[in-house]
Amino acid sequence: MSRGWIVVWQHHNEMLHGLLNTMWLAALAAVASLILGALLAMVLMSRLRPVVRIATIFIDAMRCVPFLLLAYFVYYGLPSLGLTLDNWTAGLSSLIAYNTGYMAELLVAAWRSLPADTIEAAHAFGFHGFGVFRRIVLPPVLLNAAPMIGNQVIQIVKDSAFLTIIAVAELTHAAAGIQSTYYVPFAAFVAAVLLYWLLCLGVEQFVGVAEAAAGRRR
Amino acid sequence: MTTPLLEVGGLRKSFGDNVVLDGIDITVARGETVCVLGPSGAGKSTLLRCLNWLEKPDAGVIRLGGERIGMRAGGNVSMRDAELARMRTRMGMVFQHFALWPHLTVLHNLMEAPVYVQRRPRAEVRAEAEALLEKVGLADKRDAFPARLSGGQKQRVGIARALAMRPELLLFDEPTSALDPELVGEVLSVMADLRRDGMTMLIVTHEMGFAREAANRIVFIDRGRLVEEAVPEAFFTAPQTERARQFLARYAGTLSGSTLARMPA
Repeated sequence: MSRGWIVVWQHHNEMLHGLLNTMWLAALAAVASLILGALLAMVLMSRLRPVVRIATIFIDAMRCVPFLLLAYFVYYGLPSLGLTLDNWTAGLSSLIAYNTGYMAELLVAAWRSLPADTIEAAHAFGFHGFGVFRRIVLPPVLLNAAPMIGNQVIQIVKDSAFLTIIAVAELTHAAAGIQSTYYVPFAAFVAAVLLYWLLCLGVEQFVGVAEAAAGRRR
Repeated sequence: MTTPLLEVGGLRKSFGDNVVLDGIDITVARGETVCVLGPSGAGKSTLLRCLNWLEKPDAGVIRLGGERIGMRAGGNVSMRDAELARMRTRMGMVFQHFALWPHLTVLHNLMEAPVYVQRRPRAEVRAEAEALLEKVGLADKRDAFPARLSGGQKQRVGIARALAMRPELLLFDEPTSALDPELVGEVLSVMADLRRDGMTMLIVTHEMGFAREAANRIVFIDRGRLVEEAVPEAFFTAPQTERARQFLARYAGTLSGSTLARMPA
């Protein structure tokens, strides 16, 4: 077993490289899906019936498709429709599309629980259109939804591991590469698990800060 | 004779079959304090909410300083959101349940609309906001969040927030109805100060003592109609209509000036 740890240590550069890629993927996917999710939440809260229906169909579709299948489809399936993406772009877009729906839903839930009169006050004080959303709705929604957003980011970190199947050089891919070359499955996978765990702890730190800020306002 | 600050003519509003405002006419002159009284469900809050178009009236004309609100001058075309928003900034509104923005500190509640709606210079807005907090006795709470304040403090912030817009008219929607009785006085006392400063105010209230003491004029509304309009002394001592008499009889207990007794000097 100690040979396994030595091998993993000898290849710590590849592991760190994988970790860094996972962090990039997750960070980009989290930020993009949060921004797109916020825009989608605006659509869902609007009174534009037909657009709301389309958005709802998109969210339901994303919720009911296994992420692995979506990644397969985007990478291997879309070229049949004339859209060929490299593995990074395919992986990242899958992560973003998949999580935008979830982000939108949890933001809508937080939005609905805002006191209606604070939004009415915004109108009475001359805010209109996007300004109401940007200044009065979004900040408390983000604060109140922070724990749910944190969970979703952790989900993104974990889902990014699936992207090994389309050869994205993320953490799981690095660990699998080391173990298959040197046959050190225990050490390679435990090392990867520990690194994922550290990532999640990092995310929880962020959530903790946001929750403290929300708590001061409650 | 100068134009009245607020002119309301033939204001109507129904929710489904329920006629809430059935043709209301009101004028408010600059510097006047007008209290709107009436039983619950008489349409008082709807009236206020129609004035700044939070509720879209079915019919009627509203003018602020001679300018049409809600509809383009002369025509039957609704204002665009941006135009309506600009008109709304000229009327401050104080809400029954305060409606402070919970994510902002007290100071930033005051600064939010002047900075992001009126686009006034931040430093100037901040100085003015601090002075307003001083005025309502909450200078020490400027960095607190609304959730940490008592009801009376929240409503004083609500008033200061409305004043920070430099409005020409203040609308009060039952500003003390959500307060514990012992906190009513501090809010009424701020409102009485504003009256002395010459602020124009239209106040929906159930505080009879305050209305009698502070209003220039009482407007009594029942079932969506303006039933009686008089100076407070006349309204409270010699109401002209049966409905006003009945209403006052029900409030007899609060007429003794008990509210004013609660007001700090």
